[in-house]
Amino acid sequence: MFLALSVGAVVAYARCMSESNPTAAQSHLNFGFAEMFKGGVIMDVVTADQARIAEAAGATAVMALERVPADIRVDGGVARMSDPKMIKEIIAAVTIPVMAKVRIGHIVEAQILQALGVDFIDESEVLTPADEQFHILKTEFKVPFVCGAKNLGEALRRVGEGASMIRTKGEAGTGNVVEAVRHARTVLGDIRAVQARPAEELMTVARDLQAPYELVKSVHQNGKLPVVNFAAGGIATPADAALMMVLGLDGVFVGSGIFKSDNPERRAQAIVKAVTHFQNAEVLAEISEDLGAPMTGINIDELIPAERLASRGW
Amino acid sequence: MAGKPLRIGVLALQGAFREHRRLLESLAITVQEVRLPADLAGLDGLILPGGESTTMARLLTGYALWEPIRAFYMEGGAIWGTCAGAILLAREVRGAPPQFGGQQDSLKLLDATVQRNAFGRQINSFAAQLLVQGLDAPFPAVFIRAPAFSEVGTATVLAEWEGQAVLLRQDRVLATAFHPELTGDVRLHEYFVALVSRREIVAN
Repeated sequence: MFLALSVGAVVAYARCMSESNPTAAQSHLNFGFAEMFKGGVIMDVVTADQARIAEAAGATAVMALERVPADIRVDGGVARMSDPKMIKEIIAAVTIPVMAKVRIGHIVEAQILQALGVDFIDESEVLTPADEQFHILKTEFKVPFVCGAKNLGEALRRVGEGASMIRTKGEAGTGNVVEAVRHARTVLGDIRAVQARPAEELMTVARDLQAPYELVKSVHQNGKLPVVNFAAGGIATPADAALMMVLGLDGVFVGSGIFKSDNPERRAQAIVKAVTHFQNAEVLAEISEDLGAPMTGINIDELIPAERLASRGW
Repeated sequence: MAGKPLRIGVLALQGAFREHRRLLESLAITVQEVRLPADLAGLDGLILPGGESTTMARLLTGYALWEPIRAFYMEGGAIWGTCAGAILLAREVRGAPPQFGGQQDSLKLLDATVQRNAFGRQINSFAAQLLVQGLDAPFPAVFIRAPAFSEVGTATVLAEWEGQAVLLRQDRVLATAFHPELTGDVRLHEYFVALVSRREIVAN
C-alpha cells in the first residue's frame, strides 16, 4: 500500500517536471505546501493581536478575516473579502502562512488576495456567495486554494477546478461539531464505497457523484482524496479537534471556537496539542482541563434553512 | 552489524511525517513516530520533517523534547532535518516571529545560521534540478517557503541554489532546505540511512 502510493507520487512528479507544463508544476508545489499543514491547526483571526496569539500558541497558519463566522451570523448582511489593509497588517505581524477568504465564484477578490501575497485562499461558503452556479477556476491562479465539501462528489469537483486542499464545511459559527462529523463521515464513507466498486463501474460512479472520471479513478486506486482533507466548521474544544483526527482527517481549522471562548490563549494551545496527541487519551485529559468556558454554541436543528451556510456551494 | 535492523524515528508532532515514513519503509527501515521523549528509545536515526517550525518548536517545548533529542545526538544518533526540521537544527534562526523578539528555540546541533522563508512566500515557491555533491545526477528539489543557510561554520555545503546553501552535512547531522519526502526520489533517504548505519559501525 505504502509502496503503491509513493510510486504514484513519483509518476505525478515526473510528469510535471519533465514537461514544460507550468500548471502541473505549480499544482505540485501547492499540493506539497498543503501537505505541510497536516497535523496542524489553522486559526481564524480578525486582528494582528489575535494573529500573534495564534502564532505563539502553535497555529500552522492563520485565516485573516473581518468577522468570525459567529459574528457574521449575528450581524447578517453581505459578508465579503476582508479589507486589504487588515490582511497586510496580519501578514506583517506573523511569520507563519496567512490565509484569507473570498466569496464563492468571486474571481476578482481572489486576484486581489493573490496580489497581496496571501499564501492560501479559502473560497468559502462562510461569506455570501458571489456566484450561485460557478466556482472559481483555481488552476488559473498561482496561489493555492482550499474549498469546503459535504460529500465526495463536491470534493472532487473542487479538486477538478484546482483546489489544493479540501475541508469539511461543518456549520461555521455554531460551536457545534455535528455537521463537520457528518461531512467527514460522508466523504470518507463515499471513498470506501468507490474503492469497493470494480473498475468497469467507475464511469457510472463518476456520473452519480457528478465528479471528474480521472479523479474518481484516483480515489479508487489510492483510497483517499488526491489532496489533503481537513476538518472545519463548529470545532470548539480539544476533544472536538481530536475527534476529527480520529475520524481520519489530516488537520483542523478552528474559526469562532478560539476567540469566542473565555480564554483564547489556553484554548488555542490545547487544541494544537490535541491534534498532535489525538491518539493519547491521557494527554487529551490533561489538556482539556480548566480551559474556561467554550463558545456558547447554537443547536443546528434550530437554524432555518436560509441560515445554513453548508448548503452554499455547487 | 549484521542482525539488528535499523530503526529510524520521524518526529510526528506536525507536518509531512507520513511521507518520510513511507520512503523509509520502501527502504525496509523500521520506523517509529516520535511524539514524546519515550518514543526516542532504541532509535539509530531521527528525521525532523517539513511543516511549520514555530508549531513544532511549541510542541517540543510543551512535551520537553529538546534535551532528549540533543542527548540522542550526543550519544551517537544521526539526525536529518528537512525544511522546518532544518530550522530546528540550526545554531541560530533568523526571521523568527517579531513577537518573540526575533528569537526562536533550536537544537543548535548544526553549525550554521538559518534564514526562514529565505526565498519568499508561497507564491515564490519553486522546484529545481539541484546539483548535489556526491550524487551522480541532479536531485529534483521542491522549495516551499524554504529556508536557506548562511554563516556555515564546520558544516559542509553539499548543494547551493542561487548562491545560497541549501544542503549541509556536519558529521551525523544532515540538513536540507527543500523537501526530498515530496518527490519520491529516495537517494537522499539512502544517503541518510548510510549515515545512520555508519553510526552502527562506530557504536559496535
